[in-house]
Amino acid sequence: MKNDNFGKKVVGLIRDNTVPLMFILICAVCIPISGFSLPYLINEIVTRMGRNIFLILALLIPIMSGMGLNFGMTLGAMAGEIALIFVSDWQIWGIPGVVLAMILSIPISVLLGAFCGKILNMAKGREMITSYILSFFMNGIYQLLVLYIMGSLIPIKHFSIKLPRGYGIRNTVSLLNMRQCLDNLLAVRVGGVKIPVLTFIIIGVLCLFIVWFRRTKLGQDMRAVGQDMGVARDAGINVERTRIISIVMSTVLAGFGMIIYLQNMGNIATYSSHSQIGMFCIAALLVGGASVDRASIGNVFLGVVLFHTMFIVAPKAGAVITGDSMIGEYFRVFVSYAVITLALIMYETKKRKHKSLVGQQLQQAQKEADAHE
Amino acid sequence: MNETLDRTNLTLRDRLKAAVESFGLPRLIIAGFLLLLFIAAPFVGSDFWTQISNTLNRFSWNAVMVLAMVPMIHSGCGLNFGLPLGIISGLLGATLSIEFGFTGPLSFLMAIVISTPISLILGAGYGWLLNKIKGGEMMIATYVGFSSVSFMCMMWLLLPYHSPTMVWGFSGKGLRTTISLEGFYDKVLANFLQINIGNLSIPTGTLLFFALLAFGMWAFLHTKTGTAMTAVGSNPTFAKAAGVNVDKMRLLSVMLSTWLAAIGILVYEQGFGFIQLYMAPFYMALPAVSAILIGGASVNKASITNVIIGTILFQGIVTMTPTVMNNMIHMDMSEVIRVVASQGMILYALTRKTEGAK
Repeated sequence: MKNDNFGKKVVGLIRDNTVPLMFILICAVCIPISGFSLPYLINEIVTRMGRNIFLILALLIPIMSGMGLNFGMTLGAMAGEIALIFVSDWQIWGIPGVVLAMILSIPISVLLGAFCGKILNMAKGREMITSYILSFFMNGIYQLLVLYIMGSLIPIKHFSIKLPRGYGIRNTVSLLNMRQCLDNLLAVRVGGVKIPVLTFIIIGVLCLFIVWFRRTKLGQDMRAVGQDMGVARDAGINVERTRIISIVMSTVLAGFGMIIYLQNMGNIATYSSHSQIGMFCIAALLVGGASVDRASIGNVFLGVVLFHTMFIVAPKAGAVITGDSMIGEYFRVFVSYAVITLALIMYETKKRKHKSLVGQQLQQAQKEADAHE
Repeated sequence: MNETLDRTNLTLRDRLKAAVESFGLPRLIIAGFLLLLFIAAPFVGSDFWTQISNTLNRFSWNAVMVLAMVPMIHSGCGLNFGLPLGIISGLLGATLSIEFGFTGPLSFLMAIVISTPISLILGAGYGWLLNKIKGGEMMIATYVGFSSVSFMCMMWLLLPYHSPTMVWGFSGKGLRTTISLEGFYDKVLANFLQINIGNLSIPTGTLLFFALLAFGMWAFLHTKTGTAMTAVGSNPTFAKAAGVNVDKMRLLSVMLSTWLAAIGILVYEQGFGFIQLYMAPFYMALPAVSAILIGGASVNKASITNVIIGTILFQGIVTMTPTVMNNMIHMDMSEVIRVVASQGMILYALTRKTEGAK
């Protein structure tokens, strides 16, 4: 009997963690084939952890309030980029530049986040597709701003970032004087592996903030809204406002995350840096075992490690197996999309199963009540 | 007397308001903008008839893909963001037809013949999946499209294609990113009965082909199966009570949509003159989705008229903005306008309240 229970538990555990297990398998196969040395791999993964975790953590709050995966985090990324463009135009470099960019990004993020929240409140039940389309829509507005308005209406002084025609921003804005300034401050080398301690401290602070925030009144409200909007409203929670706040917080955090990401990269690809960021962050989170309605900080860390290991080794492994490096490139793109697809499908089927279960229980209860009469 | 006048006045204004409301403000703005472009075109030195021909041409390329949206909207599956899946089947048909050595108009016919079973099989799988996840169709459709496109990226490299017109010259394997259709079915429909008057040229064949499919769709929607499909979309509970197999209807609509997408991409290719592989189909669903929405469709309601009006408006803006705007303000803002207009339209449709869709 006990054994049976144990077996069931194992099966349940495997079923709940299909995606991470699949990824562990992929990585286990690809790492030896790729032939990368362990220190190299660890170094790469640590770098990518510092680069990406903050961004992914920004996704947690909307999940808490039941708004699903926030594809609108791209909006925050745009805010971060706009702030960085200004700061690099003013030639403020190093840590002060990063801090100033973060401060500058806040009002832009709040504005964009509030707009996003308003729109999503009008599209309850299909937040994800709406936020996804919204990110495309905002990309158009962003292009309008950066390509036409900056330099013509908004003064941009520096010629290194302005297009030769006199207005608009160049395709890449170099952040060379800001490159890895957060990562290098307090960096520690352990056996050839550079650990960006300060970046990890910032990430740690954010993790603590999220843990603390879950226990505050607002955090509890968000969870209540995420559980059931109707019940939350009856309990006197302003559902619309709570949802907007959760998106605003996510957008602001995504803005910060993008600045951390870009200071590590060392340059801004003005028109493409933000476009893929949402997809990769969401894929990484899902790889860590999160689902559309449930995600923890542990999922973020596990996801980053697994997803980026795959990302590093897949092209090389693909090249070794098939003799064509493009296969590996396409493979990792395919896997990112497939993971999101799979997670979305699992979430929807689970939701439907749950719904029908509740229906059956209701029916049962009604039958019993009838029998009593 | 005065009172009645007041009343008629009020009703007139109300009516106007209601008309605007039913037509939708963004739609009005887009139509007005296009009208403005047409009026402005001669003043900035671009030939009116050339513009009309361009718009007509682009209409003929894209209309079938927009038509592919109709069945799924009718059966309540929402906007088919998974259009790339159908496009993939079309691309497979196109490349296989060339690989098997067909040339000229026959290659177009064979491409349709080959892509039909592929699209029906893929569509059946896709429809089965969408039946499992009712209510979350649109998001999952998007990602089914993305996954299939990125999966096929690998396949284009790995599948054993050999035709020298399609594979990379130096390695002898793996398909090229763009394949010219010269000698195959380049403009095969467009050149059929083409009418040329001065600067105006009308691709009659393509338009007729679209008309045929559109008529077929219209006729289908008026058959017993078609009405059952519409019933499933407007009220699934009622349809079930009336003895309609809801899942079967939805499956049928998805298969039909996927097949039309496959035909749609073949029509697009014959007009454009090239097959585009790899990441090209990635975002092809979005223009089709926004076109039908601009035409007056909503998430759960669409007609053939919506398809025609929407495609003309959307493609009109796509063709007119670069030339007219460029000449007017010497700034190429067409890309921004296109993105904002089309995505804005989708956003508008998604934020409307559509009760009874689920």
